[in-house]
Amino acid sequence: MGLTARSDTRIVTHDPESHESWLTTTLDTLVNWSRKNSLWPMPFGTACCAIEFMATAASRFDLARFGMERMSFSPRQADVLICAGRVPFKLAPVIRMIWQQMPQPKWCISMGACASSGGMFDNYAVVQGIDTIIPVDVYVPGCPPRPEGLIYGIRMLQEKITNERMADKLIRDEMEPNSGSGLYIPAAAIDELSEPFGNSVHQTRSGL
Amino acid sequence: MKSRFSAVIPGSAAPDAAAPVTQRNVPNRGGPANPSAADLQNRFGSAIKRVDVIWGETIVYVDPAAVKEIIQWLHDDPAQRYDYLSDVTAVEYRDLERLLEVVWHVRSLPYRRFLRIKAELRKDRPLEVDSVWSIYKGADWLERECYDMFGIKFKGHPDLRRILMWEQYREGYPLRKDFPLRGRFSRAEQLRQALSANPEARYSMEELSIAEAFEDLPEDMRNRLRGGERTGE
Repeated sequence: MGLTARSDTRIVTHDPESHESWLTTTLDTLVNWSRKNSLWPMPFGTACCAIEFMATAASRFDLARFGMERMSFSPRQADVLICAGRVPFKLAPVIRMIWQQMPQPKWCISMGACASSGGMFDNYAVVQGIDTIIPVDVYVPGCPPRPEGLIYGIRMLQEKITNERMADKLIRDEMEPNSGSGLYIPAAAIDELSEPFGNSVHQTRSGL
Repeated sequence: MKSRFSAVIPGSAAPDAAAPVTQRNVPNRGGPANPSAADLQNRFGSAIKRVDVIWGETIVYVDPAAVKEIIQWLHDDPAQRYDYLSDVTAVEYRDLERLLEVVWHVRSLPYRRFLRIKAELRKDRPLEVDSVWSIYKGADWLERECYDMFGIKFKGHPDLRRILMWEQYREGYPLRKDFPLRGRFSRAEQLRQALSANPEARYSMEELSIAEAFEDLPEDMRNRLRGGERTGE
């Protein structure tokens, strides 16, 4: 009994003479490599940044070089949400719904000053940075950023993906908003994030 | 509502007038006034407060109570024929003593005339003025925007609701001078209120069903609305 091989044992043999090409790597490297080179962007263009985004996608700068030529206008088939432009409060539930409709794994690029911080629109109508609504991976500065800037941000996102580990379950966790307030992050943090540089809180031109 | 559409040829009512040219060296104040201003003074007398000509454009200050009557006359009179309302808006000045102005821009295509009508409202009284929706259907959204931004109530408007800000907006009227630029609530509270809205409930069939255009909708859509069908609720 003990001398016969177990039936579930499979022996893999390699014969270099058969000219099969193969390599060894970690699963993480393979998965991350394929993910980072086939990011399908969900363009959420609301303002002039979207024009630069279109220029980035067009032939001169050519997002196809990064496997991103396929714009996914359905969030269900998208990997990266690129928010290009200011987001008014009226659009806040819309961008959150789009983010929630995107399947994991998913990433977010906040393109331009307005999406990242509200930009020059420090007023009653504009969200002061989309990171108060959804988690953001890469912020691209600029007003609007040049296509090179966006590509640099995309390369940064690719680098971030390269360093992901499948064993780390936390990065794939869906963030659920607080059931009471509907916010991801505490209200005090949002107020602090929304604070402009310098004290312009009480600036009104009428002097009231 | 019976629709009346007929082609309007610009300048057709004044065929002898010279072809319109770009004015040069227009004075800041003064200059030839729009002839409709004199007609208005003859017709309405004391309801016309004063007439200014600024940069060649005529501004008629009128009594707020008579606005609708005046615009109706401008629209109907065969010698005026102001058939196009290009804007309804309001102005509040930084000088707190100055009154709040409601502004109507009307244009007469047949006579090639442009007239700016202003009515001054006192801020210590309710901000109310008659709607011109019954004269120009295009005033519908213009007056809604003016209500949304300034809080001016247009009496007789069929559906006076906010149009730019969402309908649950409770912070006030953004273009008023006493409105702080960043709004009245904290950023977190503003975001919480905005996020609590269902984005799909915004453009609902409810809006269509209460609109004047209900009878003009396709038959199947009317039946679905009558049956109580609504979207996004």
